[in-house]
Amino acid sequence: MFETFMINAFETSAIVAIVSGVVGFFTVLRGAAFAAHAIPNGAFAGAAGASLLGISKLVGLGVFALVGAVLIAALGRRSRSDVATALTVALLLGLGDLFLSRSEEYSAQVFALLFGDILGVASYQIVPTALLGLACILVILMLYRPLLLSSVVPDVAEARGISPRWMDLAFLIILALVTTMAVPIVGAFLIFSLLIGPAAAARAFTDRPLPAMVMSSCIALVVVWAAIAVSYTTNLPVGFFVGSFSGLCYGLGRGWAIWGDRLRMSGRPAG
Amino acid sequence: MDLSAIIIEPGFFSNQPVQTALVVSAITAVVSAVVGVFTVIRGQSFAGHAFSDIGGAGASGAVLVGAQPLLGFVTLNVAAAGVMEMIGIRRARGRDLATGIVLGVALGFSALFLFLATTYTSTSGATVSILFGSLFTVAPSLIPVVAVLGAFVMALIAILYRPLLLTSIDYELAAVRGVPIRLVGIGYLIALALAVSLSSITIGAILSTALLVGPPATALRLTKRTGTAIAVASAVGVAAAWLGILISYDTASWSADGNGWPVSFCIVAVVFVFYVSASFPSRLGHRVRGHHQEPVKSLEPS
Repeated sequence: MFETFMINAFETSAIVAIVSGVVGFFTVLRGAAFAAHAIPNGAFAGAAGASLLGISKLVGLGVFALVGAVLIAALGRRSRSDVATALTVALLLGLGDLFLSRSEEYSAQVFALLFGDILGVASYQIVPTALLGLACILVILMLYRPLLLSSVVPDVAEARGISPRWMDLAFLIILALVTTMAVPIVGAFLIFSLLIGPAAAARAFTDRPLPAMVMSSCIALVVVWAAIAVSYTTNLPVGFFVGSFSGLCYGLGRGWAIWGDRLRMSGRPAG
Repeated sequence: MDLSAIIIEPGFFSNQPVQTALVVSAITAVVSAVVGVFTVIRGQSFAGHAFSDIGGAGASGAVLVGAQPLLGFVTLNVAAAGVMEMIGIRRARGRDLATGIVLGVALGFSALFLFLATTYTSTSGATVSILFGSLFTVAPSLIPVVAVLGAFVMALIAILYRPLLLTSIDYELAAVRGVPIRLVGIGYLIALALAVSLSSITIGAILSTALLVGPPATALRLTKRTGTAIAVASAVGVAAAWLGILISYDTASWSADGNGWPVSFCIVAVVFVFYVSASFPSRLGHRVRGHHQEPVKSLEPS
């Protein structure tokens, strides 16, 4: 299980898992699940466009992820954010359709971008992944307090002069960075599972931000590594295990929260 | 050469795939618009989009066991609607999270089914063809199925109409009046799941989301009356779909190799242009009417 390509897979997926655990915490806190689905999906179109122009896929992904983030924020100023997000993802995927119809890209590469190619990660991909992950963490560190405040109590944040609109844009750009980092590794569909499942599970165990972030990263790491290991032994796709393990973690978290509520209820003195 | 021949390339109306595309897109556009007005008012666009991906897993699973893709699509979507409602919380944030969890698991299964399908049955996966489906490849034999399913969704909405409207606009008032909120919610979610199944399997997931959210959001920009909004949304949806089909057909005639712009892209682009241009009159109206405007309870707060 520890050949070179497996080591590459474990290393890059660890970076992706840790970063998406931290970003996922904010995603769940802000209720931004739709944006977390839409930006990676839309960025996929950028990769198709990049291969058409003969430039690096990473550049195409990054540009389209940023375009998606800005478009959601811009449209969201004048309408509900879910409407803005839905229209953005439809428009970007439509562009992807246009790009794919112009090129001779075969569907295997489309699969790889949607469902990822963890076991096919090459050594040269580790450095850009690590750099993008580092950029993500740095941006979050810089914006940590205002981002947290505007996510939890938007009114208080606004009263203190933190513009909710700018925080929204900042968060969407963070999502765009995660997308650019993760789509070549785990694919557009699975980065979404990693952003939502572990973070939602972690929130069931603790309400405090830092422990929740650490926990969400740990859960994401366990999920990805377990998925890779099980995939290696069973020869079934990694994506299936990432998706179902994430869902399982969420289920366990919910169960734990409900059980905790029951205990507290029964512990309360009668009358 | 007269003008109409320049705008509408020859053979447009006598072309079999175009005829089918016009009929199917009109039915799906109207059904999507009717359901979509409530989707936009209730803020459930994410669920509406998620169903197209979740159903994709169902369709690839159905192909794997040799069943009808549409059957798998509808079954998994209705099941997903049940799970979402079960773990869903009333607030939009919690609801989006519930949608996300279900979507994440479904995408995992999608990956599995696609892998199994390509490994053991060597059929190309349903997910990608559903994601980028094309109106021009719809079989004419599908028209009756589309019509029946569409009529069923419309009937469901007609039955739910009044309580659904009340719970969508004023949740507390509906609760006080004794409207069975959960029942209405699950009924609506099933209607949404069916409508999205119908549109995704025929015209693709991209168009499904675009037609579900775009025309209703455009209509709600122009009017705040739900009945009027439904009518406007249907008209906008059909207009966008037909205009998109025309553009796609024309571009195919212009290019030397007959490789036109994909119809999904054309329709999405038209929908987007409609939506963006609908925000200009409201901006102008705001300026003209100025400050003496009555404070109206907006359905779509900006």
